[in-house]
Amino acid sequence: MGKIEWAMWANEQALASGLILLTGGIVGVAGQFRGWEFAAYSVAAGVFVCLLEYPRGKRAKGTSVERTGQYCFTVCVKAFGPLTRNYYVRAFLHAAICVPGGFMLATVLGCVCLGIASLIYLAAAIRGEHWEPILPRKEVRKPVAESIKNPPQNPPPRPPPEMRRKQAKDLESAAYDNPISVTADE
Amino acid sequence: MGNWFVNNWFSAIIISVWMGLNIFLFVWFYFVYEQGETFYYTRHLLGSALAWARAPAAVLNFNCMLILLPVCRNLLSLLRGSFVRCSRTMRKQLDKNLTFHKLVAYMIALMTAVHMIAHLLNVEWLNNSRQGVYDNLSTALSNLEDDTDDSDHRTTYLNPIRKNDIDPQQIPTYFVFTSIAGLTGVIITLALILIITSSMEVIRRNYFEVFWYTHHLFIIFFAGLVIHGIGYIVRRQNKESYKEHNPLFCQNRTEDWGKIPECPIPQFEGGPAQTWWYVIGPMVIYLCERLLRFIRYMQNVQYRKIVMRPSKVLELQLVKKGFKMDVGQYVFLNCPAISQLEWHPFTMTSAPEEDFFSVHIRSAGDWTDKLIDIMQKLPEGSQGPKMGVDGPFGTASEDVFDYEVSMLVGAGIGVTPFASILKSIWYKFKDNDPNLKTRKIYFYWLCRETHAFEWFADLLKAQEKEMEERGMGDFLTYKLFLTGWDQSHVNYVMVNVDRETDVVTGLKQKTHYGRPNWDKEFEQVRKENPTSVVGMFLCGPEALGKVLEKKCGKYSDVDPRKTKFYFNKENF
Repeated sequence: MGKIEWAMWANEQALASGLILLTGGIVGVAGQFRGWEFAAYSVAAGVFVCLLEYPRGKRAKGTSVERTGQYCFTVCVKAFGPLTRNYYVRAFLHAAICVPGGFMLATVLGCVCLGIASLIYLAAAIRGEHWEPILPRKEVRKPVAESIKNPPQNPPPRPPPEMRRKQAKDLESAAYDNPISVTADE
Repeated sequence: MGNWFVNNWFSAIIISVWMGLNIFLFVWFYFVYEQGETFYYTRHLLGSALAWARAPAAVLNFNCMLILLPVCRNLLSLLRGSFVRCSRTMRKQLDKNLTFHKLVAYMIALMTAVHMIAHLLNVEWLNNSRQGVYDNLSTALSNLEDDTDDSDHRTTYLNPIRKNDIDPQQIPTYFVFTSIAGLTGVIITLALILIITSSMEVIRRNYFEVFWYTHHLFIIFFAGLVIHGIGYIVRRQNKESYKEHNPLFCQNRTEDWGKIPECPIPQFEGGPAQTWWYVIGPMVIYLCERLLRFIRYMQNVQYRKIVMRPSKVLELQLVKKGFKMDVGQYVFLNCPAISQLEWHPFTMTSAPEEDFFSVHIRSAGDWTDKLIDIMQKLPEGSQGPKMGVDGPFGTASEDVFDYEVSMLVGAGIGVTPFASILKSIWYKFKDNDPNLKTRKIYFYWLCRETHAFEWFADLLKAQEKEMEERGMGDFLTYKLFLTGWDQSHVNYVMVNVDRETDVVTGLKQKTHYGRPNWDKEFEQVRKENPTSVVGMFLCGPEALGKVLEKKCGKYSDVDPRKTKFYFNKENF
């Protein structure tokens, strides 16, 4: 499993966990469960995790596939610089976020899933991976070759017009050959 | 729309039947629990959440039974073989096995979510009843004690939450983690989530090992699933008690229970675990599949020839006793020297008429790189490392000879099954095989770089010569498309445009540059074969498959007398 980039899987897992936390939180709040405050927290935490994890990072090797519409999220996440670039920070952040989810049944699953995502991010960080934004490539025009910069000022020398046009009567002495036969203008 | 239907009517039927069964199971079990009389008191505690939990459970049972079947490759090959006399349509269906597997998986995920949310509500409300938060009836029901005589250990209470001496907020969590149903539920849901996240396209295509190993959590999933229901947690009034104690009459007389003859203390029982009835069959079949793989692994495989081809392509010619193949089939290879557990699929490039089978392996990841490395370090003429071979497994390519006209499209390394087909054609022609229904073959090869051509170009050269000698130049029309050309190519070709053979491949057929114009190609085929049934076979990327499938639809005529294109795709 040498070439695996753990961060890619951690990202999928974290996004899924965010959704599960969110769902558990909504159920807890809507059903007015005991400890609904923890459920309310989970809703917020779930949304935050989803926003953070939605933009996929750039793969170190190979082509990266963006998620639909992730550009604005990429810009926001990129703005936090080293905090979002470093996977150690993410690992500890997710570990911290998931803890309050454990205090209520509805959010326990989200808590455990996020904990697992945190562990995978830790593995990614230990292997030296980091988050790179996927940004659209800027078009680079090839530098124009020297000779193009100085086009010739004058047309090339040509014989006078009467000699240039091919005479229908005198095909042999013409200066060029037509692929289609010449007919005189009627 | 009409054309899509002509090509896919069988898929549409299968999906409709499957969806119909799902809906039927859901609705049926919903009403069993929502209206069953013995569940009257249970419903008082839980409301509709009871039915909302049990209906998805039934759908889950059904789908967990189905999910293992599409990946039993030997079973599918067997079915495919028995359908040889039957229509093409049935066999095409079996090629969509992975699509079906994914569809069933999505349904399982959806139903798990509904099931889990309903149970969250159930546990919360059971807890509240135990705490006496609700009306008298709920409290009375929850307070019912266990009234068993020890002989059969069947409990008679209604509310499975018995504990109320710890912090009420933590009781639901406590209950879930100390009951078999709850604990197995959490564990298998976790396994399911890990399986799903590692099966996302990004992970599956690029980090196959993660996908493959994590997917084996399905063992935990099924083990937990089978014991998930053994705790008798879903409770209903038992039949004798229902005869003596009518809930509608007694529900408002809780203080009189046990004191008046019409209302003796109600007795409850739990439902038995049922999931194992559904899943035991497929589990056994799958176990047999893995066993078969193991047996095949133990069989001896000899190396006839090992050749390193240009562009990091390795050709292995192997011999195995009793091994019989058909065109375009694939095998799974396992090399314990590289990895004990990994089996990787490769299409065979040899024809069934030969006395060995060969595979061409391209460097495409950890396992293939290591294999090529090992082979390169081998001394001349020696046997390679132990290799386990499982298969052969069937694919759509077997159908090539059943169509009057076939269009074969191979992109890059996807040309390999067609190597097998072309070789087989050559043998069949030589022997004047009557099974060969094909009159015409159009072959399109798309490739980025020229080096990878070489081993295949040699094959085409030999074919070209044979065809010419027999005056059968018309039988095979092939077009090669070089999609990764640059200026230097253009210059070289311009200089050599007058040569008889192509500068890149040495073949009589000139190489085309850039991608094929499919509209033009389809028009040409349609023009040359105005009344035939044309089979289109692709081995290549998804995007190309979508384009070709659409073109097949576009150029097919619903009128049965005119040309019809049928699209077949291989996938791994």
